[in-house]
Amino acid sequence: MLDIKNLHVKLEEEDKRILKGVDLRVKAGEVHAIMGPNGSGKSTLSYVLAGKGGYEVTEGSVSLMGADVLEMEPEDRAAAGLFLAFQYPVEIPGVGNMTFLRTAVNAQRKARGEDELNAADFLRLVREKAKALNIDAEMLKRPVNVGFSGGEKKRNEILQMAMLEPKMCILDETDSGLDVDAMKLVSEGVNALRGPDRAFLVITHYQRLLDHIKPDFVHIMADGRIVQTGGPELALEVEHNGYADILASVA
Amino acid sequence: MAVPARKADGARALLDAWPEPSGEAGWARSARNAAVARLNAMGAPVRRDEYWRFTDPAGLTVVPAAPAALMEADEPPVFGDVDRLRIVFVDGVFDADASDPLELAGVEIQPLSEVLATDIHWAKDVFGVLEARGQDPVDRPLAALNTARASVGTAIRATGRAERPVNLIYLHGSETSDVHVRHVIRLDEGADLTILENGPAAARFNKVMEVEVSDGASFHHVRMQGRDHERRAATAIFTRLGRGSSFKSFTLTVNGRLTRNECVIEFTGDDAHATVAGACAGDNDFHHDDTVFITHDALRCESRQVFKKVLRDGATGVFQGKILVKQGAQKTDGYQISQGLLLDEDSQFLSKPELEIYADDVICSHGSTCGAVDETALFYLTSRGVPRREAEGLLVLAFLDEAIAEIEDDRLADDTRGRLAAWLARRGRL
Repeated sequence: MLDIKNLHVKLEEEDKRILKGVDLRVKAGEVHAIMGPNGSGKSTLSYVLAGKGGYEVTEGSVSLMGADVLEMEPEDRAAAGLFLAFQYPVEIPGVGNMTFLRTAVNAQRKARGEDELNAADFLRLVREKAKALNIDAEMLKRPVNVGFSGGEKKRNEILQMAMLEPKMCILDETDSGLDVDAMKLVSEGVNALRGPDRAFLVITHYQRLLDHIKPDFVHIMADGRIVQTGGPELALEVEHNGYADILASVA
Repeated sequence: MAVPARKADGARALLDAWPEPSGEAGWARSARNAAVARLNAMGAPVRRDEYWRFTDPAGLTVVPAAPAALMEADEPPVFGDVDRLRIVFVDGVFDADASDPLELAGVEIQPLSEVLATDIHWAKDVFGVLEARGQDPVDRPLAALNTARASVGTAIRATGRAERPVNLIYLHGSETSDVHVRHVIRLDEGADLTILENGPAAARFNKVMEVEVSDGASFHHVRMQGRDHERRAATAIFTRLGRGSSFKSFTLTVNGRLTRNECVIEFTGDDAHATVAGACAGDNDFHHDDTVFITHDALRCESRQVFKKVLRDGATGVFQGKILVKQGAQKTDGYQISQGLLLDEDSQFLSKPELEIYADDVICSHGSTCGAVDETALFYLTSRGVPRREAEGLLVLAFLDEAIAEIEDDRLADDTRGRLAAWLARRGRL
């Protein structure tokens, strides 16, 4: 599904290297978690995969189902099946949540050569998905993320994911700012999307989220590289002992 | 102070370019003569004038006017879904056949020429009167010229609640038309009137609207200026607001080589409200200027100015907005925001907010910003699969929507939104 090889990334504006040779292979149906201390490059990895500006790839490659992701615009990556649930979902005053969702869904369908959803089908679909995430009609009517609480923003991200049905889902600290109930709701939303054709890359600081979204693999990232890979037990180890032991052992 | 020769010669040239109306009533002749004197005293506008520094008036004063090609667009009529009374002007000539009968419950409507030939008429207290009041402290020579020469237009008096909006439609039929139109409007106590305006009007259009809003009356104005690329227009609204009255004006402008929209508002009665808002979008040689002057001379009045401009490929947007709070106009609440969204580095937004306050218990706030499209928002939208151009379009509409939201009537606001989206989509950009 996703194949990251020796990825090196620096900031465009300054000479600061952030990713220093990331190798990661995610197969369809798998859930991978990436943990790591602050500043290790986790969020940068997610932004580079989604195509955010301001970063320069100096070395390496990323392929999504065989396609060269780094050559694609963000919208083409999305149409190809990549989705990033933002750590800080962006507020967009003046653009209605529904308008945004419908525009996005139809743009992707169009890019893939599929028919656009008509208004009635779209409405039915969005209501059904929103209900499962406890998102009410009022939230759908409001401008994108404007005045949403932290939990509402994250649920809105999962709603977008559910509507767009991507193949490769990247969740950047989706648990941050969530209370226990909201985390459960968001996790259920994610788990409902799990399937043999879909893969997840879950970036998190805490093992707690991984109780709900059970990963197949856990990677520890430090200083722009993946320094250790293991099963779910690795996350438990981090929870109990912190990163110090792991970092010391690989240093 | 002597008028510089260039300005004096310019004023004479302007007056000579249009025929002096004849056969009018005494009061109309006096108003005309006074306007001629005003224009001669202030001279024609030139680039060196303080309020023309950002907008070169030459395109509005040179004789003959530059021609403007007609734009063929097959689209549903503006305000087409609104039940309205239509008054049609073609190149500044009233077209009775294309217009609806001038009959409307709660409103008296007459052609201006008929009114100016009538010896006793309410319009005497408005025609040239509000324009003259609005000449101090800033000269508005093109409006004086309009008073001196315009013979086409309407006199509209709302005596109660107007049954329907009155739609003034300005069609453009000749590439060389250079025309003046004048409307004189009065709302009696407690009356309620909506004026809609649309159409490219002419190659060059000078239009003045005087609006007397009596105590407790409500005036609504929604205007869509478009879409011929080469048209030029100088428009002015002069309004005087009585106690507890309300004035709300919104203008959408798309295309046009040069547009100068002035709005001069005077609060003379307490507890009145005025909103003047505008949204515009243009590219290349598009030049759009909003010049607003609001005088608070009464207690507890509230004024709002909301202007948004989207500019690309070298377009220029100008905003000159002033709030003058006179001594004793306590509890005034004045608000002003002007924002430019520049879609590239070639475009410019020139903004001059001014506050002049002589009362000590007032709230006045103003803000002016100028910037590019928010890259963070753009990335968020594109990361969901919305193509960059479409995402930019959504953000542009969202930006302009803050001005459109000032339209009180939801139906008219939605009509405006739909029109704007379609216009921008037709251009295949923005």
